[in-house]
Amino acid sequence: MNDERGTMNSGRRITIDPITRLEGHGKIEIFLDREGEVENAYLQVPELRGFEQFCVGRKAEDMPQLTSRICGVCPVAHHYAATKALDSAFGVAPTKTARKLRDLIYAGYVIYDHILHFYFLGGPDFVVGPDAPKEKRNILGVIEKVGMDAAKEVIKHRAYGQKMTEILGGKPTHPVSGIPGGQTKPLDEEGRKEIETMARSCVAFAEFTLGLFHDVVLANKAYAKLITDPKLGLAVYNMGLVDEKNRVNFYDGKVRVTAPDGKEFAKFEPKDYLTHIREHVLEWSYVKVPYLRAVGYKGLTDGADSGLYRVGPLARLNVADGMATPRADAEYRKLFAFFGKKPVSSTLAFHWARLVELLYASELALELATDKDITGTDIRNMDFHMQEEGVGVVEAARGTLFHHYWLDDERLVKKVNLIVATTNNMGPICMSVREAAKRLIHKGKADDGLLNTVEMFFRAYDPCFGCASHVLGGPGVEVNIRAADGSVRRISD
Amino acid sequence: MADKLKFGFYWAGSCGGCEIAVLDINEKILEVVDKADIVLWPVALDTKKADVERLPDKYLDACFFNGSVRNSEQREYAELLRRKSKLLFAFGSCAHHGCIPGLANLYGRKQVFETAYHSEPSLDESKGVEPKTRSAVPEGELTLPKFFDRVFPLDRVVPVDYYLPGCPPPVPVISAALDAVFAGQLPARGTVLAPTLALCNDCARNATYPKKMPDIKRTWETAADTGKCFLEQGIICMGPATRSGCKTRCINGNWPCTGCMGPVPEVKDQGAKMISALAAILALDEEQKLSESDVNKLMAKVKDPVGTFYMYGLASATVNTRTQR
Repeated sequence: MNDERGTMNSGRRITIDPITRLEGHGKIEIFLDREGEVENAYLQVPELRGFEQFCVGRKAEDMPQLTSRICGVCPVAHHYAATKALDSAFGVAPTKTARKLRDLIYAGYVIYDHILHFYFLGGPDFVVGPDAPKEKRNILGVIEKVGMDAAKEVIKHRAYGQKMTEILGGKPTHPVSGIPGGQTKPLDEEGRKEIETMARSCVAFAEFTLGLFHDVVLANKAYAKLITDPKLGLAVYNMGLVDEKNRVNFYDGKVRVTAPDGKEFAKFEPKDYLTHIREHVLEWSYVKVPYLRAVGYKGLTDGADSGLYRVGPLARLNVADGMATPRADAEYRKLFAFFGKKPVSSTLAFHWARLVELLYASELALELATDKDITGTDIRNMDFHMQEEGVGVVEAARGTLFHHYWLDDERLVKKVNLIVATTNNMGPICMSVREAAKRLIHKGKADDGLLNTVEMFFRAYDPCFGCASHVLGGPGVEVNIRAADGSVRRISD
Repeated sequence: MADKLKFGFYWAGSCGGCEIAVLDINEKILEVVDKADIVLWPVALDTKKADVERLPDKYLDACFFNGSVRNSEQREYAELLRRKSKLLFAFGSCAHHGCIPGLANLYGRKQVFETAYHSEPSLDESKGVEPKTRSAVPEGELTLPKFFDRVFPLDRVVPVDYYLPGCPPPVPVISAALDAVFAGQLPARGTVLAPTLALCNDCARNATYPKKMPDIKRTWETAADTGKCFLEQGIICMGPATRSGCKTRCINGNWPCTGCMGPVPEVKDQGAKMISALAAILALDEEQKLSESDVNKLMAKVKDPVGTFYMYGLASATVNTRTQR
């Protein structure tokens, strides 16, 4: 019953198991009607780990380490969402130097994570080709295509991002530097110089990568068509952190939400997230779908009447008015000029937005590495004003990440609420996969290359189902997709 | 090339950090792909389950398996890859000892459900609805793996040949293991492929390892001196009970060891070993003078002992779960 690619059940079902080149586990079930047209598609995530429960009873100061294990690809994001939640629960702000060190370690993290996605996870589909033989459609195929010299540059610069975390945070994966009110360790001059050299090189590498994207992806008519096909985009709300000038910020700021028409819908302090976001439990699914409370949950459908929103690189660019560094800002403007509108709804444009952010993170790292405050030794503020609870929000590479803790008098954890990046995107990811399957699969014909093209529509989000599955309590996540007529396909025992 | 080794990398219940640790060997990955065909690696390659099922038994010379086993699909993969592999490596703390997610063994599935679907503050009016395990949809049936009541390290499910400890395994440990595979010079089966001494032996702060630990402090209560032993400063550091090989990564970040490399070879229970090490130094010369209530007060400063002493090892500890009644 197994064909070349997946499992065919009674000729009406195509299974992609497991979906690949992402962080975590998942499978896609596509159902066909009698004519071989796609009736419905389901994306299931078959695991969970239950962090929100077992963090209860732990010491508050261990939360940045514990929650880092939600995701070893975005550990810095969880580490600092947790650290910021502790800042807030301890009633303390980091010192000036500590704040800059956090911005710097965070920039290093975005550099490595975005390079990882473009070259190892999502990019091979473009660089090698969506329907290249599957044994070539990966980093090894990319190496073959771009040559060994360029490959070594890829390896080197991904490592640079990790090295920055190691210098500032002890461990490259699962750092230990975040503590309420500051950082555990200052940056010495030797480390600063090393980071400056690496950051300078990352700026050039980010520009090289954007050049590659322009030459290999945008200049290819077939790819450009996939990227600009309006039926392969989603008209949903966008969400992301912005600074005081409404520019993209990974580490801090206010949460800005824009409507499908691009107008500002809301702008709020992270601590007020519960006023703006709700999660809907579906009887027929293990996923909780977040939505904008003021709009309401209308099922897995887009448009201004549906409260679903996207997060991540493209959403961040969509909600912002620009980038805070000059080269990234110029590229930001190129992106919106290419599409001729804002917001951009194209799902595959996430790749381009990710590279704009790679350039921004590289420029930011360089700026901070040459900041006179960065080697300061005043890195701990211990003037605590204990609170019962604290919220910490950052932008993970893949989107807005909320940590919310309630602590007892002994500073042990009483309760935890987490809304992670990929969970925010879960509804839109399922819709994108469904729409891609409908657009691409006809008369029951679905070869390996075509099914991989369907996979490209979850890959663009750089999902982390390891993250998404940690919060869930059931035996797995199951995403049921609404039919095109809007009827809810109900799953029950 | 017929003479190339065949490798597999797989993840079960994991965070992905072990995959990143493999990438962190950086240019050595080029040596790996030169000497071995990587047949399976879901984070990077498009090999599907059906492709693995089609491989002859013992096809993989080495399979590096990270993550713990928490559901029936993960067990199925553990069994499948055991069958397809000559050598199976438990890669990283989750596969080795259950790691931080193993702390979930403190809670039953019912409590997890209660938290996720009934009481979380961001739930809307749908709270109280619980998802179902097997689902009929109009087009057919969707199935999900069965969720086990607890977390299992890999060797509780299938026989394991070698272990790479750490969260994630340190690059030198990974490189040494790969070199041993390439050279055909692996030690006896069952070996943990890492140095055998305790972390204190590698620690630059060992010179101030205390004869007595004056007090117990939380990390946020004090600004830790970057040159002094944490125990000397009253901060619990798992170094005395933990295997070395990590190059003191956390301590370099001015954070105490939390024990991710697991116990040294002669110790079975890492937490028990650490408690015994603490007992040997805690307020030692004042012991005679302390009243029982003083001792109790001091001991009460050790908060969350399970999370402190068994942060990574609960799922493989002597007492490794809590039954809910």
